[in-house]
Amino acid sequence: MTLLLKGGSVVDPSQKLEKKLDLLVEKGRVAGLGKIQAKKSWQVIDASGWIVAPGFVDMHVHLREPGREDKETILTGSRAAAAGGFSSITCMPNTQPVNDNEAITRFILERAGRAGLVNVFPAGAITKGLEGKELAEIGEMVKAGVVAITDDGKSVENNQIMRRALEYAKIFDIPIIDHCEDRQLAAAGHLNESAVSTRLGMGGISRAAEELDVARDTILSRITGGRVHIAHISTQESLSWVRQAKKQGIRVTCEVTPHHFILSDEDIKNYDTNFKMYPPLRTPSDVKAMLKGLSDGSIDCIASDHAPHSRLEKEMTFEEASNGIIGLETAVPLAWEFLIRRKIVSVSRLVELFSTNPNRILKLGRGTLKKGAIADITVIDPDCEIIVDVKKFRSKSRNCPFHDWRLHGVPVMVIVKGKIIFRRDTKV
Amino acid sequence: MPLREKHLLGIEELTLDEIELILNTSRSFKEISTRPIKKVPTLRGKSLINLFYEPSTRTRSSFEIAAKRLGADSINVDVSQSSVTKGESLIDTGKNLESMSPDIIAVRHSSAGAPHLLSQYCETACIVNAGDGMHEHPTQALLDALTILDHKKKIEGLKVAIVGDIAHSRVARSNVLLLGKMGANVWVCGPPTLIPMEIEIYGVKVTYHMKEALEGADVIMMLRTQRERQSEVFFPSVKEYFALYGLDTKKMGWARRSAIVMHPGPINRGVEIAPELAEAGYSVIFEQVANGVAVRMAVLYLLLGASEEPGL
Repeated sequence: MTLLLKGGSVVDPSQKLEKKLDLLVEKGRVAGLGKIQAKKSWQVIDASGWIVAPGFVDMHVHLREPGREDKETILTGSRAAAAGGFSSITCMPNTQPVNDNEAITRFILERAGRAGLVNVFPAGAITKGLEGKELAEIGEMVKAGVVAITDDGKSVENNQIMRRALEYAKIFDIPIIDHCEDRQLAAAGHLNESAVSTRLGMGGISRAAEELDVARDTILSRITGGRVHIAHISTQESLSWVRQAKKQGIRVTCEVTPHHFILSDEDIKNYDTNFKMYPPLRTPSDVKAMLKGLSDGSIDCIASDHAPHSRLEKEMTFEEASNGIIGLETAVPLAWEFLIRRKIVSVSRLVELFSTNPNRILKLGRGTLKKGAIADITVIDPDCEIIVDVKKFRSKSRNCPFHDWRLHGVPVMVIVKGKIIFRRDTKV
Repeated sequence: MPLREKHLLGIEELTLDEIELILNTSRSFKEISTRPIKKVPTLRGKSLINLFYEPSTRTRSSFEIAAKRLGADSINVDVSQSSVTKGESLIDTGKNLESMSPDIIAVRHSSAGAPHLLSQYCETACIVNAGDGMHEHPTQALLDALTILDHKKKIEGLKVAIVGDIAHSRVARSNVLLLGKMGANVWVCGPPTLIPMEIEIYGVKVTYHMKEALEGADVIMMLRTQRERQSEVFFPSVKEYFALYGLDTKKMGWARRSAIVMHPGPINRGVEIAPELAEAGYSVIFEQVANGVAVRMAVLYLLLGASEEPGL
């Protein structure tokens, strides 16, 4: 099947490209880029007015399978990812059982293959059972297909084990993704520690809980030369640590979630549990700092931290409710609305954040539209407006604080290895 | 003028006029509790459910007596013996109780926002917050204000020192809000480990020293050290805590001679207050409890639709 995307605005930072061009896809690869005359047997898609970019990656997703298929499965999560404009996702290992061995990794990949939609690149656990005690069989998992390791949901508390993991991961040149949170400091907290936690009468999570671990990770990365990727960064000072470390040549990268660059703790109204997540929503000045980091390049990528939960885990008091919100189906429009339309970043920078950089960090062998590259492509209609409706999500879960929000910049097509796996009709 | 909201979730939601309405109504109800026959038929046919997820002596019996003195029926749901122990959620319990058509559900819960959550799911019953986690305890602050006003002409301009575990105290939060709305000069005092972040947003002054808090104080509110809410160590020992923040006769000397001492109970004698002080002349601790009944009568009465002060 040969596919011609005609007249789209092709944005590809890997070749510093931002131009109205035709894109030819053949045998699962990019076959040409330029002014291309269509042949009769080709499928031609009018992409005029659309952004054509290398496939987007969400490098922080919880698929819940195996173990909590009531919240999400690899299939429903893949559907949500595709509808959200992603061609690849990285799923976190905190499933039941934990993805800390090659058998679970193979199971995930087998299920993902059966779903046949987006590329699923699993992240394996750093330590067995996420217990922070013994290293998991990292090499075996890498052989099976993991692209990073993480004890996501918590950080590796023991500094010596974290150091050993960073050293060991160098064999495979994979990053360690760290959920930075000092457990003792965060223990009694449910939301950011600030005037808001005082007003709402709930224990706060000190920003120091995140900053201490970010600082530690940059130090250990410097000592070991291992690569560390800070998950869902949320405070101004954490970002300063990353910025400083990068200047010193330390191999550290970081991601931010849409909710941390859009919402603050002051948006928590009426104890709505869809505003509860770890790290917690921070202050408005942290939100500003995240936007700054997105525009000045110190933040490497945007990831959703898609964390599905059933009603049963959210329809309760704030203190008792589970942490996390889903984000696969809103991340791209939210970023478009709050970063592009508000002129925080350029379209090319947005593509870097969603595609070029996560591909580089995880070494996925994608993230470019150069001739011969694997044809993973995300197409966005920048003018299309949607009203977020959680009832229409492909995800099994509904825990999302953006219901009813009006957003622009809607993914209209996702192509994986040359095959259209998702299409939304916006030109009617 | 009735109350604007259907529920009483916190002092935060009340206007100054509403607070004054509740206090004035409470005053007219106080007398009922002094009669030989302590009952009026004002709320006959109405019913109150006390849904308490935390232990309580004062508040629960106070709500119950308040309802009964107004002729309403009151039922206590003992959570430790209910289907909650079989795994029923707060929302389901609330909806089940509401199906029996109570007019008011007074709820106490260890989590902040529990009454707010119930109010979103209950369509007919009025929800009264009888204490939610570390958030608010509005009827306590109202009865405290009533008690202060029994001794002082007005609250505006008074120096009120709230001493102890501010961080874990819903009583402190509701009082800070209410006294602030009424124009008091509020000081909070305790070890820095028990002062919540940015408490200054309420316009209170913070000190770690009793002398500063008590000097010239008109009202001293001692808080209980809530050891059941403390998962960690906030001070080295009870002995040291008492030495720094416990109220004794020497520290009382810093306050005005006319100062009154309050405590929401239960008292830990010897921890936050010297054993003999609770009965001293300046202690109004038991008056607070008596006023609790009147305030809760007023709240029940006003929530159930009465728009004017009752002619009794």
